[in-house]
Amino acid sequence: MSSIAGSARRNHELSLLILSLLIGLGAIALVALARRSSDVSRAMPMMITLFASYVAAHLVTRRFASQGDPLILPLVAILNGLGLAVVYRLAPNSLGPTQSIWVAVGIAAFMATLIGVRDSSVLARFKYTFAFAGVFLLLLPLSPLGENINGARLWVGRGSWSFQPGELAKLCFVIFFAAYLAERKELLAYAPKRMLGMHVPDLRHFGPLLLMWALSLLVMFYETDLGSSLLFFAMFVAMLYIATARAVYLALGAVLFAIGAVTGYLAFAHVQVRVAIWLHTFDPKLIGNESYQLAQGLFSLATGGLFGTGLGQGRPDIIPAAATDFIYNALGEELGLMGTAAVLVCFMLLVGKGLYVALRQRTDFGQLLAAGLATILGLQTFIIMAGVTRLLPLTGITLPFMSYGGSSMVANFILVGLLVRLSHERASAPPPAHTEEILIGGRR
Amino acid sequence: MQKQIRRVGLVLLLLFVLVFANLNYLQVFNAKAIADNPHNVRRLYQEYSVKRGNIVTADGKVVATSKPTKGNLKYERVYPGGSLYGHLTGYFSLVYGMTGIESAYDSELSGHAGVLSMQDIEDELLGSGQRGDDVVMTVNSKLQEVARQALGNQRGAVVALDPRTGDIKAMWSNPSYDPSGLAVHNTKAERRYWRSLDPTSPDSPLIDLARQARYPPGSTFKIVDTTAALQSGAYSPSSTFPDPPAIPPCSSNGGAFPCMPQTNQSFTNFSHTSCAGGGRITLAQAVTVSCDTTFALIGLRIFPSIFRTAEAYGFNHDIPFDLSVERSRFPFVGTDNKPFRAYSAVGQGNVAATPLQMALVAATVANGGVEPRPRLVKEIVDPSGDIVQRFSPQSLGRVMSPGTAHTITRLMESVVQKGTGTAAQIPGVPVAGKTGTAQNVAGAAPHAWFICFAPADNPKIAVAVLVEHGGTLGNEATGGAVSAPIAKRIIEADRQIEGW
Repeated sequence: MSSIAGSARRNHELSLLILSLLIGLGAIALVALARRSSDVSRAMPMMITLFASYVAAHLVTRRFASQGDPLILPLVAILNGLGLAVVYRLAPNSLGPTQSIWVAVGIAAFMATLIGVRDSSVLARFKYTFAFAGVFLLLLPLSPLGENINGARLWVGRGSWSFQPGELAKLCFVIFFAAYLAERKELLAYAPKRMLGMHVPDLRHFGPLLLMWALSLLVMFYETDLGSSLLFFAMFVAMLYIATARAVYLALGAVLFAIGAVTGYLAFAHVQVRVAIWLHTFDPKLIGNESYQLAQGLFSLATGGLFGTGLGQGRPDIIPAAATDFIYNALGEELGLMGTAAVLVCFMLLVGKGLYVALRQRTDFGQLLAAGLATILGLQTFIIMAGVTRLLPLTGITLPFMSYGGSSMVANFILVGLLVRLSHERASAPPPAHTEEILIGGRR
Repeated sequence: MQKQIRRVGLVLLLLFVLVFANLNYLQVFNAKAIADNPHNVRRLYQEYSVKRGNIVTADGKVVATSKPTKGNLKYERVYPGGSLYGHLTGYFSLVYGMTGIESAYDSELSGHAGVLSMQDIEDELLGSGQRGDDVVMTVNSKLQEVARQALGNQRGAVVALDPRTGDIKAMWSNPSYDPSGLAVHNTKAERRYWRSLDPTSPDSPLIDLARQARYPPGSTFKIVDTTAALQSGAYSPSSTFPDPPAIPPCSSNGGAFPCMPQTNQSFTNFSHTSCAGGGRITLAQAVTVSCDTTFALIGLRIFPSIFRTAEAYGFNHDIPFDLSVERSRFPFVGTDNKPFRAYSAVGQGNVAATPLQMALVAATVANGGVEPRPRLVKEIVDPSGDIVQRFSPQSLGRVMSPGTAHTITRLMESVVQKGTGTAAQIPGVPVAGKTGTAQNVAGAAPHAWFICFAPADNPKIAVAVLVEHGGTLGNEATGGAVSAPIAKRIIEADRQIEGW
């Protein structure tokens, strides 16, 4: 019975996947045509890699997670295909073909996740391993292996063989938090006192929050990576809130974040520059150097307008780092508001799908894990989109599935792999016996 | 936990909506203002991806064209005419923008002008790239070259136009510059050349002295006085005036006519002698020998109508032209400052005119009293050679009656036949002209003017020549000695070119 339902889901997924892939493949073909008609044949390997990767991903899902959510992979395919098309458009002979390899590597990580993690609850057992791995990965760039790229020390390796361990660290932390909070949530939620209309737990229970704050400050101060710092901390606070229902953690999190931000601003020149760029992007004194990238990114969006210049017809290549941090702007110049809005909707659906998976989990760990994964995906997408559209000060993090780069691709594919795994478990598991949840410390 | 997950979802949704709202602001509602920022080089790259149309002289010489490059900017602007047309074509520069015809006809040259021709559709379909239309000037390349040679290395300007149509046949200002130097894609070289042109100096070669500089018109302004005098009906060529070497201040002679009111300085003739022997002088004689005292007296008597006539000629107004023209100036002087009325009438004081304005004064008389609208461009031609747009000659209105124009023509003829402008005589061609020797800064040599048209009985060309500070003759210079021979060469050359 479940296998029939499963194959129905998978057939559903396949038809959606083909439609999704057509968008990406069509976009790549258009870019090639806009260059020279002879370029279509040169783009073929890229298109074949994209197509074959997703077909393989689909087949592995069919075999190892037949009940998995059928929308997640097609949504990723749209973003991934469009991202590849834009990267190819920006650097047809260098980054484009390499990015198609990263897509294949990312899909391999997705498949490995589905094959390797048959039962997500196993992850909870290794929670401290993940915690240490997370801290290790996060601090790795500070070791002699690390190197500075664009003023931020979040890379490991040399030259073309470098990767961002922070991308994987975020997954380790989500797994650890989910397991840790699932175990401790009652304790952390225990709040005998009331203050300012909020239930306030014992002071010692604020320990984990303070520890995480310290870690994110460390990242900000020593790796000068504002985006990741904000991402880790916000993700942790969100998960803490989900687990405990204590608004006080949100309030304290916000206060701690504000303290960190103000301290960072006062202590570090590079933070001040970031803020100055954000506030005075078009200042003639800044626009030639410091705010050049952001200004060009905004010109890119404005030039694109409602419908965009058409793929290959604009000049998004003027923006420095267009293929990584500013890929959303590059897309916005050539596909217009139509393109940026479509991508935004895909991300919203993907995050929504992740939260939906979380809502339907039966275990606390499953709920927290899925919610954490969806939250970190949503937050990362928001932080970079808000940065490149001047809603927030710009921080250099990647746009999942679209920005050029292998580390981000692998990490995000593992992330959606876990979501597919969790959705499969819920659908294939037998209905649980009725158990009353223990309520401690009042209403949840 | 369900509730909290939903709440987190709601917050994330709100954040995404915020991004969406911001995108609408950036890409639609405020897009134009953001994209129009001069630091947005996209527009520039777009401009340079178009094969911009040529600028061509009336006789088919290409003076501005686009040649393909291998760089980021697909076409580079080159000016085969070099500095000869710098002030007319203007430049098309990465760093310094556009001027001249490049700027005034940018939409035509870049192919953005509304009309879609078959050629445009063909270009679009074959992907051969956008091409702009050609702009055909009224300027004749041979006459332009003659103007440059005739002026030589003296600072000044030459304007020659067809008085019937307003077609500018030559417009040369020395010194000039080569716009190619500002169109190279090497911005460093561009800046270096720009600095060498001393752009902030009032003497910069970037300034077109024919239309962007104003000079006291001196005695050439007497044509305006004469127009006012004859039009008023109170004067005729045979009206007579006293002819003293100088008009004494009324304070010194007890107010006996003629005298200068409100001053203790006398008004002295340029020659420091009487103009026609000291008796009485007719208006006709006064024009012929350029008698200052006569026109000072006319200025004292009919200043308001001189003011009105000057404005009718275009003083104090913008002259409609393809390129921007500095306003010529004739300030109104009240009855409380009568000496200034006298000085204004001889083109001194605060009176200032562009050479183009004075050329139009001559052209108006030549054209029977109707001022032609000057034009530099006659048609727009698409890349396949079809005329897309043809500009027809227009007038700026009647300044005087045909009779007055006829009378002034006769007076100006006598200037060349037997007056101050004999150097402009051409055998077999009646030339009508007026000289001007305009004092300017104290101690500096006067500016030498000559305005004229020919043939006087059937005018085909009107010319204004201005040589700053007397040119090679310096303090010895007069309009008749320095500028009239230059005008003569222009007329002769035009006669040869056009075969009249």
